[in-house]
Amino acid sequence: MKFDQPAGQNPIDQMKVVGKATDRIDGKFKTTGTAPYAYERHDVAANQAYGYVLGAGIAKGRIRAIDTVAAKRSPGVVAIVTTLDMPKLGLGKMNAANLFGGAEIQHYHQAIAVVVAETFEQARAAAFLIKVDYARAAGKFDLAAEAGGAKPVPGDSGEGSGGGSEDRRGDFEGAFAAAPVKFDQTYTTPDESHAMMEPHATIAAWEGDKLTLWTSNQMIAWTKGSIAKILDIPAESIRIDSPYIGGGFGGKLFVRSDAVVAALAAKAAGRPVKVALTRPLVINNTTHRPATIQRIRIGATPDGTITAIAHESTSGNLDGGKPETAVDQTKLLYAGANRLTAMKLAHLDLPEGNSMRAPGEAPGLMALEIAMDEMAEKLGLDPVAFRIRNDTQVDPGHPERPFSHRNLVGCLKLGAEKFGWDKRNAKPGQVRDGRWLVGIGMAAGFRNNLLMKSGARVRLGRDGLVTVETDMTDIGTGSYTIIAQTAAEMMGVTLDKVVVRLGDSNFPVSAGSGGQFGANNATSGVYAACVKLREAVAQRLGFNSADVLFEDGNVRSGNRTETLGKAASDGDLVGEDSIEYGDLAKKQQQSTFAGHFVEVGVDVDTAEVRVRRMLAVCAAGRILNPKSARSQVIGGMTMGVGGALMEELAVDTRRGFFVNHDLAGYEVPVHADIPHQEVIFLDEADPQSSPMKAKGVGELGICGVGAAVANAIYNATGVRVRDYPITLDKLLDRMPDAA
Amino acid sequence: MKSFTYERPTSPAQAAAAVSANPNAKFIAGGTNLLDLMKLQIETPTHLVDVNGLGLDGIEATPEGGLRVGALVRNTDLAADARVRKDYAVLSRALLAGASGQLRNKATTAGNLLQRTRCPYFYDTAQACNKRQPGSGCSALDGVSRQLAVIGASEACIATHPGDMAVAMRVLDATVEIVDGRGTERKIPISEFHRLPGERPEVDTTLKPGELITAVTLPKPLGGAHIYRKVRDRASYAYALVSVAAVVQPDGSGRAAFGGVAHKPWRVEAAEGEMARGAKAVTAQVFAGAKPTHDNAYKLKLAERTLSAALTEARA
Repeated sequence: MKFDQPAGQNPIDQMKVVGKATDRIDGKFKTTGTAPYAYERHDVAANQAYGYVLGAGIAKGRIRAIDTVAAKRSPGVVAIVTTLDMPKLGLGKMNAANLFGGAEIQHYHQAIAVVVAETFEQARAAAFLIKVDYARAAGKFDLAAEAGGAKPVPGDSGEGSGGGSEDRRGDFEGAFAAAPVKFDQTYTTPDESHAMMEPHATIAAWEGDKLTLWTSNQMIAWTKGSIAKILDIPAESIRIDSPYIGGGFGGKLFVRSDAVVAALAAKAAGRPVKVALTRPLVINNTTHRPATIQRIRIGATPDGTITAIAHESTSGNLDGGKPETAVDQTKLLYAGANRLTAMKLAHLDLPEGNSMRAPGEAPGLMALEIAMDEMAEKLGLDPVAFRIRNDTQVDPGHPERPFSHRNLVGCLKLGAEKFGWDKRNAKPGQVRDGRWLVGIGMAAGFRNNLLMKSGARVRLGRDGLVTVETDMTDIGTGSYTIIAQTAAEMMGVTLDKVVVRLGDSNFPVSAGSGGQFGANNATSGVYAACVKLREAVAQRLGFNSADVLFEDGNVRSGNRTETLGKAASDGDLVGEDSIEYGDLAKKQQQSTFAGHFVEVGVDVDTAEVRVRRMLAVCAAGRILNPKSARSQVIGGMTMGVGGALMEELAVDTRRGFFVNHDLAGYEVPVHADIPHQEVIFLDEADPQSSPMKAKGVGELGICGVGAAVANAIYNATGVRVRDYPITLDKLLDRMPDAA
Repeated sequence: MKSFTYERPTSPAQAAAAVSANPNAKFIAGGTNLLDLMKLQIETPTHLVDVNGLGLDGIEATPEGGLRVGALVRNTDLAADARVRKDYAVLSRALLAGASGQLRNKATTAGNLLQRTRCPYFYDTAQACNKRQPGSGCSALDGVSRQLAVIGASEACIATHPGDMAVAMRVLDATVEIVDGRGTERKIPISEFHRLPGERPEVDTTLKPGELITAVTLPKPLGGAHIYRKVRDRASYAYALVSVAAVVQPDGSGRAAFGGVAHKPWRVEAAEGEMARGAKAVTAQVFAGAKPTHDNAYKLKLAERTLSAALTEARA
């Protein structure tokens, strides 16, 4: 189905199932331990052996030799494959770090061997017996030190955001120089880990030349293509299956070493092999959100109209890696005729930087939305009013492009009203509640809506059951449920008549899960397939398809009613199609918007920061399932609190690795850190986005939260911290006198 | 994890004898720290002696008016004991500030005293660490040290004792009771139980090889206000950046011990005469001679302000 005109009235508009707050249909499996994750798929292949991955103990250099003699003699060992057994393998799509093969070490904990044994414990014990002779080389590990030599670079996050190395509109320098009020500050964000619960894990089995990978991955078709490239085998020989995923956040967009070494190990062992990365390897072997140094300049007239805005970001990566596209939102969020955005990339020998939840916007807004708070104060304006004054209904760099639908102002106004913003004391450090200095802050949230081709197959059985098959994934987001809701709405059945099967590369190729593009596109693909199935049903029952109603398990036209199942009485009926998009998104900018409001307490003695309450008001098109959408947004808000207050991969700049490589050292928020969270969705539908009239929402929740926390801390204490995370040591020296 | 053999002795002396006889043997109680370290091959015992079944899990009054806490009393049970909550509230509060509910259900009194540092370099077997591998060097000295010791450290090691319970026991002047393989008993004051790293950071305590902790004795109650204030980057389930265990009397006198700052719970009794004059006067003496790194210098100010917060709380 080609979607190249705005959606008109369609069956989804009935909103009998879609749009209703619905429990996740996979929830009962997950809460009862019966949803098998990749490492637990004991039933899919007999005689599975266990693989344990050894990571390099240096950050850069070469391996002279690997001694596996003792390891091979260790009890239970079946096979050992080392990186010296083969040349450097090819790279997966959109990746920079070599996953296996060859003597060169590009980063710490690069996979250098996999030990296969009868038990996990035997494989692990044997791995510790491997002796590696390294030739260390000097590396570059310190972004601040390398930033001066960083080079301008264009780049794309792989999830849609990105652009040229420099993007100019009007005359930024001239307008900034002439601006009556000027602001110029630099902000930093640290490296961050996805820290998903389930580590990367794969079971691999060969049948002749055919390889099956039961794995945990967000993007099935990308994975299939990348495995074909890395292992140099035909894509047709590969099957990927990933029905349940214990969190991804972008860390499982790409093939990682678990899948590659599991395949190599299974070949060497002559039997299926399962591999899970240990947590230290999740952190130093896979990808992370790269640190940034961001400079923001804003020029405005005294009434708060922005005349010039510049956002420049420097990040680091391995050669061939991408920049963190932190300047993206600044192209679109606020008005202003004279604009500059630019990205630079420094070479670093740290593990590969790549996508993490809202790549670009998440760290970009952490900087931009503090800058807006600072500029508002400089102008003597309320931060909400300053943002509203600079709202734009068109792409400010290309005024001929309107936004398809933009209600940022509505988010900010409603949020301010609901949160009690008018009670905020604009002068910092004034509000005290016992030992707590109390402050409130806000920020705008912004993330683009991305359109990607997505396919599905829908089958009707004689029992009236509708089965949906697509390689779409559910990474904990609720894909199963919204896909079932879509099929139920389209076919006029209740949810219990719909079966959803996901994550198998034998199913039609979907958009996959990433860039908050999964929900809108995958359900639109299901919509397209259901349109085909409806036509097939009508034809089989002898109806004129144009005026057929599908409702209550029946198919009705005029006075005639048949049960849906009757159409399949002579055999299953199948509808298969993809949604494909025309140029609507080129003509009009599609984005999602939020207003984030946060209240914090800062301990007057110790400067510990604790969040007291949070509100997000979101404008993101039609909300397909308010319950799972809310879960996505509060999850994003929680991650945003982590980014604001505690999450940081600590770089040892001498030895070149992330030191805090476990979940005791890499702190993410615990329950006690997260107070009452409220989410309000504005009631809207965007016919430009898809037949579902929905947009992404899974990443909007994190976008802007960090800055809202930072601004609340400033309001509480009068201390402005521009280096995330805002830990107490950065506040302590400047805290007001405790007495 | 290396393969290991396992035994369950029937008496404390027998357990001590079993470990004394085998330099590669270790006691196992709750296992909340040891098993993690074994999985990471940081600890590599080849024999485990399980002390869970030795009847060391009682809490009883002592003739001196104190409390004798069995080595195997779980952290949850100790924190919830009515006598502890009433007379040694600082201990109860310290226990509840540590770990998580699940871990406290398993973790024991003796095991908590013996938990090993959380220095990240100790936890990575590819990195130099004198505590893990004597003579290999200390990566933390010029590495990431935000969490590490500011006082009492050495050129060989800047690790901290990570616990909370021991800090409270230090302020209470607890005594550690021990038995060896011959059945000989001895007592070590808590102040002498943990040691400073010096040239031998691989040795955390003054226990001799094979000695088994049987109990920790608390002297008779001190009265006063019992405060345990733990400062960390998140609200729960994190090690202290700095913690303060304080017992403050109505006249303003009192005691204070600090966690998160040294290789052992840090208390300078001589400084406690200044308590009535406020936190700054105390910490100036407690941290005299501190040698923080660039990353952890904030702990000195934090310690002062945390003590100040504790004193405020005590007065309230």
